[in-house]
Amino acid sequence: MIDHLAEFFAELGMTGTVIWTMIKILCITVPLPIIVAFITLAERRVIGAAQWRFGPNRVGPKGLLQPFADVLKMLFKEIVWPERANKMLYITAPLLVLLTAIASWAVIPFSDYLWLANIDAGLLYIMMMSSIGVYGIIIAGWASNSRYAFLGAMRSTAQLISYELAMGFSLVGVILLTNSLNLIEIVRHQEGGVLNWHILPLLPLFFVYWFAGIAETNRHPFDMAEGESELVAGFHVEYGGITFALFFLAEYINMMIISVLIATLFLGGWLAPFPVLNELTIFSVAPLGDGFLWLALKVVFFLFVYLWIRATFPRYRYDQIMRLGWKVFIPLTLIWIILVAIATQWSRLFG
Amino acid sequence: MSEFHHYELNFGPQHPSTHGVLRLLLTLDGEVVVKADPHIGMLHRGTEKLIEHKTYLQALPYMERLDYMSMMGNMHAYCIAVEKLVGIDVPLRAQYIRTMFDELGRITNHMLWLGTCALDLGAMTIFLYCSREREAIFDIFEAASGARMHTAYYRPGGVYRDLPDEMPKYTPTPLRSQKALDEMNADRQGSLLDFIENFAKQLPSRVDALETLLTDNRIWKQRNVGIGVIAQEDAIKMGCSGPVLRASGIAWDLRKKQPYAAYDKVDFDIPVGKEGDCYDRYLVRVEEVRQSIRIVLQCVDWLKENPGAVMTENRKIAPPPRAEMKTNMEALIHHFKLFSEGFHAPAGEVYAAVEQAKGEFGVYLVSDGGNKPYRVKLRTPDFIHLSMLSKMAPGHMISDVVALIGTYDVVFGSVDK
Repeated sequence: MIDHLAEFFAELGMTGTVIWTMIKILCITVPLPIIVAFITLAERRVIGAAQWRFGPNRVGPKGLLQPFADVLKMLFKEIVWPERANKMLYITAPLLVLLTAIASWAVIPFSDYLWLANIDAGLLYIMMMSSIGVYGIIIAGWASNSRYAFLGAMRSTAQLISYELAMGFSLVGVILLTNSLNLIEIVRHQEGGVLNWHILPLLPLFFVYWFAGIAETNRHPFDMAEGESELVAGFHVEYGGITFALFFLAEYINMMIISVLIATLFLGGWLAPFPVLNELTIFSVAPLGDGFLWLALKVVFFLFVYLWIRATFPRYRYDQIMRLGWKVFIPLTLIWIILVAIATQWSRLFG
Repeated sequence: MSEFHHYELNFGPQHPSTHGVLRLLLTLDGEVVVKADPHIGMLHRGTEKLIEHKTYLQALPYMERLDYMSMMGNMHAYCIAVEKLVGIDVPLRAQYIRTMFDELGRITNHMLWLGTCALDLGAMTIFLYCSREREAIFDIFEAASGARMHTAYYRPGGVYRDLPDEMPKYTPTPLRSQKALDEMNADRQGSLLDFIENFAKQLPSRVDALETLLTDNRIWKQRNVGIGVIAQEDAIKMGCSGPVLRASGIAWDLRKKQPYAAYDKVDFDIPVGKEGDCYDRYLVRVEEVRQSIRIVLQCVDWLKENPGAVMTENRKIAPPPRAEMKTNMEALIHHFKLFSEGFHAPAGEVYAAVEQAKGEFGVYLVSDGGNKPYRVKLRTPDFIHLSMLSKMAPGHMISDVVALIGTYDVVFGSVDK
């Protein structure tokens, strides 16, 4: 059906293409905030269960309307402008963070035919977006005119520099294996069951990317840019109401992005773990075959681990995070990249 | 040439990890603290002055409100001071009850400390696990005295009343099924002592569970090992006491060195640390919880076999039984005088100290022979520990200052008095 629609719009020429693209963009951006809203509910319920309590269960059946109550509360709160803050930058920061978080979704392949843009440098595009997103945090810390926010922004900058490197290096391993920066190509390279997934040859890089991703999204135990017990709320300490909600939204969208990327780069994206599942058909449809379902399952798993970690671990200290990044992650990825490079070029070099 | 300035950060008084209302002026060089200047006094209530205008009995509840996390220990010190001043003996059963409740109080304090300290370092689940254990202890306090936190259970001359034979049970509500109700009341079928015994026997496994989350956790160790080291000499010089002193390797515990109540009749060990860093303070406190459980169980055994009076027979100090007042004129007069004028203490001065959960809690009382203390001076351990902060904090990072405040175990009720 999607093919028919695409063809229909393609026949309309330029306008048709634009309309079709807009529809696709809406299909991604409209569900995102709703999913985020329910992730926050899931977070509170999961952590509640971990902590021997209930979590929100009063608004609506099983607390399912709680996210909407939260959103309404945020919307109707007054935006407080800090004294002598730079208003322009102060309002730009959350927009920038959110914008880049949403823009990253443009190149994510949801299944073997569902994506917005199929660009060859997809991986670079996502790296770029996540790097720009950190500017939002820095600007927020600077524009708030608050010492706590400023310290949070400083920490965030240092974290960006060290963990973007580790993340970038672990991606190099993937690129070496697949010879492509295109996310769709990367997934297709992993076809043929769980043994072909990149997680096996790139196991250390998988873990580095995962932990660096947690650090990149400012989540526990690397959340020192917010560090509640130290910096109160870090870079967004002065933000309230909807401006805070934008930061919050961006943080959770970034969590999802990282989870999707781990699934795509290392765990075969939309691919089913066993090719046999593609042959179990009902009315010529394989319900457990390759498709969005598998991507969603993988993403849900990684999101759950985010919450699990948050409920379990103490927080790292700022310099310890730096040490972990520079002295453990980066050397590890460098060594593994060299090994991967030798392994992939073995036949050309010596054979 | 531009001038170089350090970064000044106003840490508190409204801050998630200042344990109340500590205002800390931090001078930072990057993340490293150059100077820490604690400002206290936001919770000053003038307890010492207030007590000068209260009778000896009326002054008692103020003691619990000093360190509102280990209420029993504070009251105990005050009661011992008054008993010394007036010269009365406390029945042995009351001594044992006090010992047991002191130790339960120590467990609540250490549980809250562990929870908040872990929360400060980012491990938030511990806090709720600890709250669960504290809840059981508050139920015990409530069953014994009628109040959960500020019990006013100890009185000069003994304790307010004997332990009840029945543990209060949860009552049916429309929201609870009978099955859930039975489950909640399962360990409440016997007396209070049975409940305490049951609780104390379960607690070690729960402390184990807390320890699996923290003790060998790499992040927890990185945050605590080698942070805020207090050398032995410094600890003595600054007047540290309690777990902070013992973590530095000095086996000083008033319960052993100057036994009071029934501490010389029960068997327990004093945990001692080596390095005097945050991690040792954590280990010492966790081990203290285990030792407290030992003491509680011994007290429960003794109390089960030895019924008896829990209050002195001296009617000038302790009120007469209610029934006696209905028939006996003298008892009625005693009651009236005791609760209007109070009792008079002979002129003199006295110092009494107990090993409260945070350290040595001392009460210095001066009496001029009247029914109210002439002067009271309270020696609170956290005040002394907090005064070390300006010495300890420089050279550490902001996150370590949080760990430092956390492991000193300060409660502002007793810092500000």
